[in-house]
Amino acid sequence: MYSLESKDLHLYYGDFHALKGITMGMKKNEVTAFIGPSGCGKSTYLRCFNRMNDLIDNVRIDGEVLVDGVDIYQKSILVDDLRTHVGMVFQKPNPFPKSIFENVAYGLRVNGTKDKNLIAERVETSLKQAALWDEVKDKLKKSAFELSGGQQQRLCIARALAIEPSVLLMDEPASALDPISTAKIEELIYQLKENYTIIIVTHNMQQAGRVSDNTAFFYMGELVEYGKTKNIFTSPKDTRTQNYVTGRFG
Amino acid sequence: MSFTSNPNLNKSKRFWQAFAFNSFRLLSFLVVAILVVILGFIIINGISVISWEFLTEMPREGMTKGGIFPAIVGTLWLVVGSLLFACPIGILSGIYINEYAKDGWLKRFIKLMTNNLAGVPSIVFGLFGMALFVNKFGFGDSILAGSLTLGLLALPVVIRTTEEALKAIDDSFRIGSLALGASKWQTIWKVILPIALPNIITGIILSVGRVSGETAPILFTVAAYFLPKLPTSIFDQVMALPYHLYVISTSGTNIEASRAMAYGTAFILILIVLLVNLLANWLRRYFGRKVKMN
Amino acid sequence: MKRYFHNFGERLIEGILALSGAVTSLTVLLIVVFLFKEGLGLFSQHPVSEGGVIVVNNQNPVKELSAKQIKEIYDQNITNWKEVGGKNQPIKIFRLEDITDYYPEEQLGANFEYLPQRLSELVSKQPEIIAYFPEQYLSKNFQGHPIELENITLGSFLGGKEWYPTIQPAVQMGVLPLILGTLWVSFGAILIALPLGLAAAIYTAEIADNKVRNTLKPVIELLAGIPSVVYGFFGLVVLVPLIQKVFGLPVGETALAGSIILGIMALPTIISVTDDAMRTTPRAMKEASLALGATKWQTIYKVVIPYSISGISTAAILGIGRAIGETMAVLMVTGNASVIPHTFLEPVRTIPATIAAELGEAPQGGIHFQALFALGCILFLMTLIINVSVDMVSAKKKANR
Ligand SMILES: Nc1ncnc2c1ncn2[C@@H]1O[C@H](COP(=O)(O)OP(=O)(O)O)[C@@H](O)[C@H]1O
Ligand SMILES: [Mg+2]
Repeated sequence: MYSLESKDLHLYYGDFHALKGITMGMKKNEVTAFIGPSGCGKSTYLRCFNRMNDLIDNVRIDGEVLVDGVDIYQKSILVDDLRTHVGMVFQKPNPFPKSIFENVAYGLRVNGTKDKNLIAERVETSLKQAALWDEVKDKLKKSAFELSGGQQQRLCIARALAIEPSVLLMDEPASALDPISTAKIEELIYQLKENYTIIIVTHNMQQAGRVSDNTAFFYMGELVEYGKTKNIFTSPKDTRTQNYVTGRFG
Repeated sequence: MSFTSNPNLNKSKRFWQAFAFNSFRLLSFLVVAILVVILGFIIINGISVISWEFLTEMPREGMTKGGIFPAIVGTLWLVVGSLLFACPIGILSGIYINEYAKDGWLKRFIKLMTNNLAGVPSIVFGLFGMALFVNKFGFGDSILAGSLTLGLLALPVVIRTTEEALKAIDDSFRIGSLALGASKWQTIWKVILPIALPNIITGIILSVGRVSGETAPILFTVAAYFLPKLPTSIFDQVMALPYHLYVISTSGTNIEASRAMAYGTAFILILIVLLVNLLANWLRRYFGRKVKMN
Repeated sequence: MKRYFHNFGERLIEGILALSGAVTSLTVLLIVVFLFKEGLGLFSQHPVSEGGVIVVNNQNPVKELSAKQIKEIYDQNITNWKEVGGKNQPIKIFRLEDITDYYPEEQLGANFEYLPQRLSELVSKQPEIIAYFPEQYLSKNFQGHPIELENITLGSFLGGKEWYPTIQPAVQMGVLPLILGTLWVSFGAILIALPLGLAAAIYTAEIADNKVRNTLKPVIELLAGIPSVVYGFFGLVVLVPLIQKVFGLPVGETALAGSIILGIMALPTIISVTDDAMRTTPRAMKEASLALGATKWQTIYKVVIPYSISGISTAAILGIGRAIGETMAVLMVTGNASVIPHTFLEPVRTIPATIAAELGEAPQGGIHFQALFALGCILFLMTLIINVSVDMVSAKKKANR
C-alpha cells in the first residue's frame, strides 16, 4: 500500500485549472522529489496531502487523495489530526516569535501534551534528529530569531518532527539557504528516510539526484513523468522532461 | 488511523475552538444587531415624519411643528464652507508629506501632529474655534467661524486620505514620467494626481458625513438655537441639523411635543450618512473596476 | 532664463506645499496657545463670584479665606470665627436679601440709594458678621474690610471635590469629580467595547469567510459614520428609559447609559485597528502553526494575537481616547451630576459634557469661562498623552521588526 497516493486529482483556483488529473503514489521510507518549472503546481500538489489548500478561498478539488489508504478529503476527517500525521517544512524558515524551546514544543502543546518532562525529552530528541542540538542546547530560552537562516530551517524541521508525524512534506526547504546549511539538510533527509515518507520539492537537479529515490516531473499542472530518480535523469521518456533536466528551460 | 474521526482524540482543543468561534460569531452578530436596532429605530420612527413641509418649512410653535429647512440649509453651508477650507490645504499637505518630505524627524513630526490633530476631541475644536475665530478674529458666531472650525476638524482626514491614495500608486509611474523629462510637480500634477483622485474624492465624501454630523465644534462658533430665516452672508449665524436635534431632544420648550421633529431630524442625519457611505462604496467599486480594466 | 523661471516655479510650489504641510502643526500649536492662555488665566483669579464682595467688621482679624472656607461658612458647616483663624465668636452670615431684617424698607430709599450707607453701618456694628453683596453697593468710606480670597491653585483645581462654578458667594472649582466622571464612563465604555470589538475583529479577520467579511465591513463603517448626537438621541429615548426600568432607578441618565453608548461608538475604532493589525500577521506564521496540527483557534490565540498585540493595545488606547473626548452623546445620557461616581447607576458628568453645557452661559473672560478652558486643557493633555503613546507603541513595533 502507498503511504501517499492521489487518484485523478484536479485542483482549481477559481477558474484556473492548476492540477490536471494527477495519479501517483509514494511509498514509506522513500524520498520522492518533485521537480518542474515554477508555477507548474508542485507546491499546490504537495499541499493537498496535508490539506493546506483549504486555507485558500475559491479552491475546488476533484479526485481522491489518500494517506495510508484513507481518503483525506472525506467529511469525517479531522484536518488538524491529519496534519499531526503529515508534517510540513516550508520554503522560507518560519519560526514563531518564541524561544527555541517553545518553537519545538509548540506542536506538542497544541496537541494536548502537558507532561513537562515528556515535552523536554521530545524537544531534545527532535533537535538532535535535526542536527541542531549541539548548536542550541545552551540557549534554548533565546528567541528563535537569533538563529541563522540555516539553523532556523533546521529548527523548523525539528518542530515538525517533534509531534512524530509519519510523513514529511518539504517545499524547497533549502532554496533560501547557503551551501553548508543545504548540505546539512540533505544529510538530514537521508537519515530521516528510515522512519518517514518524504516528499521534497526542489529546483535543484543535483539536489534531487542526491537525496531522492524517485522523481516526479510536473509541467503546467500535469504529471509528465514519474520514476526512479536515476532513470528520470539518465533516460527520460518524455522530451519535456529531458529538456528540463538538461537545463534547456525552466 | 489516528487522523480519521476519533471523537475522543484532542477533544478539548476542538471544544475550545467551537466554543470560541461560536462566541465570536455571536458577538459579531451582536455588533450588527446594534447597528440594525439603532438604524431601524430611527428610520421607522423618522420616516413617517418626513414630508415636503418638514423639509421646506421653517420651524413653528416652539419647534414642535413646521419643518427643519433652515437647519438643512445651515448644515449645507457648513459642509461646503469647511470643505472649501479643508480640501485644498489637506490635499496639498498630503502631497507634501508623501511626495516631498524626506524621511526623517520633520516628516515624522508632521505626521505626529496630524495624528494629534485627528485625536483632538471635537469639543476642544469648539473651544479653539471660539477663542480664535469668534473672538480673536472677531468673526462672531458665524458661518465663517463654524466652517473654519469644522474645516480644521476635517483636515487630518483629508490629509490621510490623500497620503494613502498617493502611497498606493506604484513608483514606476513617477519614475516613468521623470524619465521623460517631466519635472517633479508636472509628474504629480499630470500623472500622479489623476490616478489618486478617485480615492481622494472618496475620502472627501466620507468626511462630508463626518462634518455634517458634528455638534460640539459648532456649539459656540455658529449654531443658532432658533433662527427661522436663511443666512444672507458668511457672517450670519445658522441653525444646523445636529445641533437642532440636540436642542429639541433635550432643551426645547416642549420636549414631548417636539419628539416627532426630533425623529425626523435624526432620520435626515442618518440618511446623509447612509447616502455618503453608499456613494463612497459605489465610487470605490466603480473606479476600482475602471482601473482594473485599463 | 526660461529654465530659471521653471526652477523658480518648482520651488514656489514646493514652498506652498510645505506651508500646507505645516498647517496641522500650526493648528496644534495655536490650540495649545489659546487653550492654555485662557485656561491658565484661571489661576490668577479670585474665586469670589462675579461682581460681588465679601466683607467683615474692621475688628475682625481674618483677612483672607479660601473659596472652600467661604462655602463652608455659608453652608453653616463652619460656625465660629476661630475655625478660620479668628476670634472665638460665632459667625453671623449676611446676604443682601437679609437687609430688611435690620432696616425697614423706607430707610433704604425708594431706589435703594441709601443701601451702601446702611450696609456700611451694619457691618461696622456687627463684629461677628460676614457679608456678601454686589460690589456696586460698596460705599467709598465703607466701615469694614473686604476679605481677600486666595487665588485658585492648581492643587485645589485638580484636587477639589466640588464643581459649583456659579455658586455665590464663592465659586467652587474642583474638577476631580469631572475627571473621575470622564475616566469612569470611559472605563465602562472600554469594558464593553473591548471584548465586543476584539471578538468582531477576530471574527472578521480570521474566521469569517469573504462573504460575511464583506457585509461586516460596511456595517462597521456605518457605525463609525453615525453622528454622536444621533447616538445621544437614541440613548436618550431608548437606553435611558430602559435602564431606569430594569434597575428600578429614579432616573435612567447614568454612567451606565454613557458607557454603553460610548462603548458602541468606540467599536468601529477598535474593530478596524485590531483587524488591520491582525492582518499583518505573516501567512507563513499561521501556516506553520496549522501545519503542526493546531486548530484555527489555537493559531489565533497562540500566534495571531501575540503577533498583533501592539496593534491591539493601540486599538484599546484609541478607543479610550475616543470615549474620553466624546461630547454630545455623553451630555445627553449621563445626567450630568458633578459628583464623584461610586457606581455605574449614578448620574455623572464628564469634562467634555461640562464644557458643552456651560460655556454658553459663562461670561467671556470671567472665571467660569477660564475654568472651562482649563478643562479643555486637561482634555487636550489627556488625548495628547494617548496619541503620543500610540505613536510610541507603533514606533517600537517597527523597531522590533
Ligand atoms: N492562492 C492561489 N490563487 C490562485 N492561483 C494560485 C494560488 N497559488 C498558486 N496559484 C497558481 O497555481 C499555479 C501553481 O502554483 P504553485 O503550486 O505554487 O507552483 P510551483 O510550486 O510549482 O512553483 C501557478 O500558476 C500559480 O500562479
Ligand atoms: Mg512552489
